[in-house]
Amino acid sequence: MVRINNFNDLERIRKNILEKRVLEKITITICNGTGCQAYGCQRLTEHFLAKINQNGLKEKVEIRKTGCHGFCERGPIVVIQPEGIFYQRVKIEDIDEIIEKTVEHKMVIDRLLYEEPITGKKIIKEKEVPFYKKQLRIVFGKNGLIDPTSIEDYIAIGGYEALLKVLRDMKAEEVIDEIKRSGLRGRGGAGFLTGLKWEITRKNISSNPSLGGYIVCNCDEGDPGAYMDRSLLEGNPHLVIEGMAIGAYAIGVNKGFIYVRNEYPLAVKNASIAIDQAREVGLLGEDIMGSGFNFDLTIVRGAGAFVSGEETALIASIEGRRASPRPRPPYPAEQGLWAKPTNINNVETWANVPIIISNGSDWYKNIGTETSKGTKIFSLVGKINNTGLVEVPMGITLREIIFDIGGGIPRGKKFKAVQTGGPSGGCIPKEFLDLPVDFEKLTEVGSMMGSGGMIVMDEDTCMVDVARYFLHFTQEESCGKCVPCRIGIRQMEKILREITEGKGTLKDLQTLETLAYTVKNGSLCGLGQTAPNPVLTTLQYFREEYEAHIKEKRCPALVCKGLINYFIEPEKCVGCLLCLKNCPSEAILGGYKMIHVIVQEKCLKCGACLEVCPKKVSAVVKISGEKREGPKEPILVDEWRRKR
Amino acid sequence: MASNYLNIIEPIIKKYDGKKEAIISILQDVQTQLRWLPGDVLALISKKLKIPLSSLYSIATFYKSFYLKPRGENLVTVCLGTACHVRGASLILDELERKLKIKSGETTQDHKITLECVNCVGACALGPIVIVNDDYYGQMTKVKVDKLVDHLLGKKE
Repeated sequence: MVRINNFNDLERIRKNILEKRVLEKITITICNGTGCQAYGCQRLTEHFLAKINQNGLKEKVEIRKTGCHGFCERGPIVVIQPEGIFYQRVKIEDIDEIIEKTVEHKMVIDRLLYEEPITGKKIIKEKEVPFYKKQLRIVFGKNGLIDPTSIEDYIAIGGYEALLKVLRDMKAEEVIDEIKRSGLRGRGGAGFLTGLKWEITRKNISSNPSLGGYIVCNCDEGDPGAYMDRSLLEGNPHLVIEGMAIGAYAIGVNKGFIYVRNEYPLAVKNASIAIDQAREVGLLGEDIMGSGFNFDLTIVRGAGAFVSGEETALIASIEGRRASPRPRPPYPAEQGLWAKPTNINNVETWANVPIIISNGSDWYKNIGTETSKGTKIFSLVGKINNTGLVEVPMGITLREIIFDIGGGIPRGKKFKAVQTGGPSGGCIPKEFLDLPVDFEKLTEVGSMMGSGGMIVMDEDTCMVDVARYFLHFTQEESCGKCVPCRIGIRQMEKILREITEGKGTLKDLQTLETLAYTVKNGSLCGLGQTAPNPVLTTLQYFREEYEAHIKEKRCPALVCKGLINYFIEPEKCVGCLLCLKNCPSEAILGGYKMIHVIVQEKCLKCGACLEVCPKKVSAVVKISGEKREGPKEPILVDEWRRKR
Repeated sequence: MASNYLNIIEPIIKKYDGKKEAIISILQDVQTQLRWLPGDVLALISKKLKIPLSSLYSIATFYKSFYLKPRGENLVTVCLGTACHVRGASLILDELERKLKIKSGETTQDHKITLECVNCVGACALGPIVIVNDDYYGQMTKVKVDKLVDHLLGKKE
């Protein structure tokens, strides 16, 4: 591609690209996000390419590897454009048929369509699938249309137009005003007003211009169960770069960093390619589009520390030190990277910027609630039918997200709670399903927006175990600087573990609460200040589960190993030997056509017997806090039934 | 051995213009080549960059992605993210530990397999998930784990 030397070049190049692209060409888009890669979409893509070449269709058909479509449950996802025919769970064996029927004869293959679980209705087009219907995909929606490694694709859909508008028509202060007016708040968790943050950093730089400053994109997305930032950066890296360039112009800096979590190799790869491309065509570097504005970006890889998502820890990590947070103030806007004013926003925040500039703040602030504007991308995971990334307007209810978009809970189980905000958040019970989701409302019920993880839990999830899980996580990830965080969380985890083992006392619950407040008040950074939240919310909303563990030595959800037993129901056992053969500890006694018996003293509680017992027999059950009567020794099925 | 290490280290340090602040990236690049960070290598880097060895250890032990012990030929990773956890990932880990006779973070005596846990790989639709080198194994059950381990051990014997 030729270099963009002035404002007119961009428009001309876009026209050229669009003219070159024959409109009637069929495009097969294949989701190549990390989620679909786990399903093996790379091999699928290679096979598609080979088949297209083999059939001599290269001129007629384009294969495009796109970013994440969000509907991870149904991967690998293939969408055939321009019709938008949506095929899901596509396998290599399906390729021939797709080419023959859909590509060559415009026929739809029923088998590969999405089927509505309740009505059984087959849905042809992507945008009509219920998962997408209630979403508002203003930020995330472009992912599925473009190849993230092609700057041409991005420019073709209007990319870098917002940057052009800013550089050509707007003063820096006007850009800040526009972002302020839009009401955009940081999507990383705290929800600080983005425009205001920019303004403060700009002021600090202006008061000492020789010092300079930086901007940073935080993609150290460490909350388990949250991957929307990754999917944005790997699926549409130019959108993030464009947002950062606009921010750099508004704030008055020439240098930026993208800090990416170590576990996200594809995001690093795609963002690096995008930066190189942008530099090559003159959208990064010196004198961008002939405007005289300079800006360049560097990618820094994280090294596997959850706490480095905290902004002062992130700064330490970029500077090549241990990611230990430091007290604020001074805030990064005053003294950030190498003691210079630094503006840090997360991926999703930066990605919102070009959209606000292109569409205007008036349009943007019409979306959302009074205090929270725009959309939010959530990663909807756990015990949910439609796992995936969903972008919804702020103010939508939890019920709409979980049941309308997410398709409810698998296997007809009951909803118990939804955990938002990662390890810093809380578990929200079913009483609040009609809660409109925004920054304030989630905080009111003891949780938080966080970066957007939404983990759904059903009746089979033990809330004490979940609290223990999160504390184990934060205890491992504590940097160790503050004593209450380092030792307090460890003690809390120990108490929780004892409760799950049936060794807890009611006094422990008080100790947990006291410790929780000590840790919250005595820690420097967000990790310690919020780590007790999962315990506090579960104690508030699910106290009866804690009490069942303590008083009755019973785990109501049948999860905690120390409190459950496996039992073979003699009325159901047919004596098929399957569980016996699969038991790793030889804890099952039995014989052909004999009722099997579990020797509890030998049982490891691994659950293998339950897993292998055929569905139609379902003789193996988990029990907790109860005794069941059965034969002590194996006995012939017929004999047992006669006796009864 | 030391001169071999030097051949690896020098170009990497050069790539980052010998900047001390790039130490994390330098260690990452070195580890990409060696698969772990031997003490001799850290000592060499310390000398080259004039960073105290204690500081290097402080960094290398703080961040989880650095290995100060050699890893096995195959890396078996269990995702313990929240989504995988509520779908029973801890039972999957138990089973792997039992079958491989090592704990998470350890390597089998024959150096064939290292077992590890991570806090979320962001492939939550497939949970509970186990990753062997670059291959993802989704919706794991104990039976599937047993088959996977047998396959891994069998293939290597």
